[in-house]
Amino acid sequence: MVKQLDNFPPFRVQAEALGCVRGGREIFRDVSFSVGPGQLLAITGPNGAGKSSLLRILAGLLEASAGRLAQTFDGAAEAEAPSAVHYLGHLDGFKSAMSLRENLAFWSRIYRQSDDHHAVADATDIEEAAARLGLAHALDLPVSVFSAGQRRRAGLARITLSPRPLWLLDEPTSALDKQGEAVLGTLMGEHLGAGGVIVAATHLDLPAGPDLTLDMAVPQ
Amino acid sequence: MSFISQLANPTRFLELSARVLPWLVAASGVTLAIGLYLSFFVAPPDYQQGDSVRIMFIHVPAAWLAMFCYSLMAVSSIGSLVWRHPLADVAAKSAAPIGAAFTFLALFTGSVWGKPMWGTWWVWDARLTSVLVLFIMYLGLIALWRAFDDPSRAGRVAAVLTLVGFVNIPIIKFSVEWWNTLHQPASVMRMDGPTIHSSMLWPLLVMAIAFTLIFLTVHLAAMRAEVFRRRVRTAQMRAAAQPAASVGTTVVAHG
Amino acid sequence: MSLLGQIIAQTVMLGLRAGGGALVGLVFFLAVVAVVPFGVGPDLNLLARIGPAILWIGVLLASLLGLERLFAADREDGSLDLYIASGEPLVLLVLGRGIGHWIATGLPIVIAAPILGLMLNLSPIALVAVTATLLAGSPALTFIGTVGAALTAGLPRGGMLIAVLVLPLSVPILIFGVMATNGAVYDPEPFTAPFLIVCAFTLASAVLAPLAGALALKVALE
Repeated sequence: MVKQLDNFPPFRVQAEALGCVRGGREIFRDVSFSVGPGQLLAITGPNGAGKSSLLRILAGLLEASAGRLAQTFDGAAEAEAPSAVHYLGHLDGFKSAMSLRENLAFWSRIYRQSDDHHAVADATDIEEAAARLGLAHALDLPVSVFSAGQRRRAGLARITLSPRPLWLLDEPTSALDKQGEAVLGTLMGEHLGAGGVIVAATHLDLPAGPDLTLDMAVPQ
Repeated sequence: MSFISQLANPTRFLELSARVLPWLVAASGVTLAIGLYLSFFVAPPDYQQGDSVRIMFIHVPAAWLAMFCYSLMAVSSIGSLVWRHPLADVAAKSAAPIGAAFTFLALFTGSVWGKPMWGTWWVWDARLTSVLVLFIMYLGLIALWRAFDDPSRAGRVAAVLTLVGFVNIPIIKFSVEWWNTLHQPASVMRMDGPTIHSSMLWPLLVMAIAFTLIFLTVHLAAMRAEVFRRRVRTAQMRAAAQPAASVGTTVVAHG
Repeated sequence: MSLLGQIIAQTVMLGLRAGGGALVGLVFFLAVVAVVPFGVGPDLNLLARIGPAILWIGVLLASLLGLERLFAADREDGSLDLYIASGEPLVLLVLGRGIGHWIATGLPIVIAAPILGLMLNLSPIALVAVTATLLAGSPALTFIGTVGAALTAGLPRGGMLIAVLVLPLSVPILIFGVMATNGAVYDPEPFTAPFLIVCAFTLASAVLAPLAGALALKVALE
């Protein structure tokens, strides 16, 4: 089994008064929170509230227009942080012309570059991860033939193959059926149990109960 | 530097530019009048080319302005990317069409000037060809600006292209010169520095100053127009958005 | 395999698979070269004289193909997001995509060039010279192209715009590439100097283009 059971060094995400402006439009302002090891932060709110934008800021894909963000190990230098994040957004990041196995192998090698403590996921690791998510039969099929639910599971497989403390999940339950949600819940529980941090944006219920909730709804 | 940061406020910029603009217009007009007078009545005709050499007094300053404008855009691009100065990409966007116009003027006058000499409307000599490539680069920049909906994103992308182009301009100029096999007789394009007789030099410099003032005037006016244009866009966006558009909350609950 | 190697391998794989456009580029090159004699006439002497230039221009135009999708695909399927979130340097992505694109589309064209040169009545020396200069210089064309691709990655119809942006920047390489070829064929003209300049362009663009491309991808992303 891939290093899922190794404990992460204590990791914390701290945001102070974050603001976001996109395309000249203010999406949100004054967002603050602090999430620590083993905690799940759920971000809720209607469409357009900025949940995805907040996740993109945490992933380093978008710059906050205001406020401060700190992602640290043990309060140590922030420089470690960029390689500590897994991002699962609306798009899965897989190349349609490549098979699932090829895609997973590619990303596990990319993630391995900044992570010297763990070896690259080998063929057995990939098969096990795919099996956990019910995709073992589809490993050598091109991703172009996958359904939306299968792509979402494939994205989860990508995440579980390379251990990183912070998971940023954007609507993780979308396109997943009940079984998929159950597996998601198990994976999330394992990750939190190993001391990882999860920040999930959702307007549905998550399979694991959140420790913290950030509601991005429009103020009354 | 603090003056520039004062200008970062668009409203302040609009106030200042409104006051400065009439003076610039006047100065441009006066200098241009003096320059044209010097060029067409004071400077002596060339012993070889006769009166057609007077086109040089428009052609050369136009080419200088074409380069000056691009340099200005390069500086604005740095301001855009490094300091995120809000007026930097307004300056760059407004300058591009003006630069393209000066470049076209240089090409046109260069062609007209050369026709009596060469017998054709165009030759692929080093100078004209470099200016032609510069013209295409200007047009590419303008096309890139117009391809994006969001002006600030367009500004940043155009800034990168401007800087890439700026680095390439000396390389292109050098390559084109080496490539050029058509030798111009020295008397035609003898316009660099000390070889020019002073009776030719003064009209040239005055015209260059006049063109620079014209450029600054038009540029300032174009920047004002761009600032207003963006205000309209923001107002339109606000009108289209839902009434309670701004989001903000720091509620963090447990459970 | 190193990070760069991974990206190059993936780019080559994607370029060669269905819809990758690598083979289309080759056919396009053939079509361009074939069309020129229809325009200038079948005079073999003339074709031999302008042959190197035709081949160089054909390579330039063909290498512009497929650039549109180079980063747009990454943007659209979310892999650019993942790459940035992974914390790895964007310059390596740009460089890797550039090298991979050249291997998949540029290299076959360079290999085909001497064959097409035969159709243009190039002498044996000219064939060798044009192939050598293309080999040394076509990577530079691709690298400059990646800057154009990165700048237009978010745009719906970036293809022609890429060409407009890239062509002025390719002028120096084109000049020296053809100059080097002619230098090998016609005695008094120098070969070594232009050839070395072409090599220098390739090396310089291999370093500078990824820097510009990474910056362009970053600013175009938001």
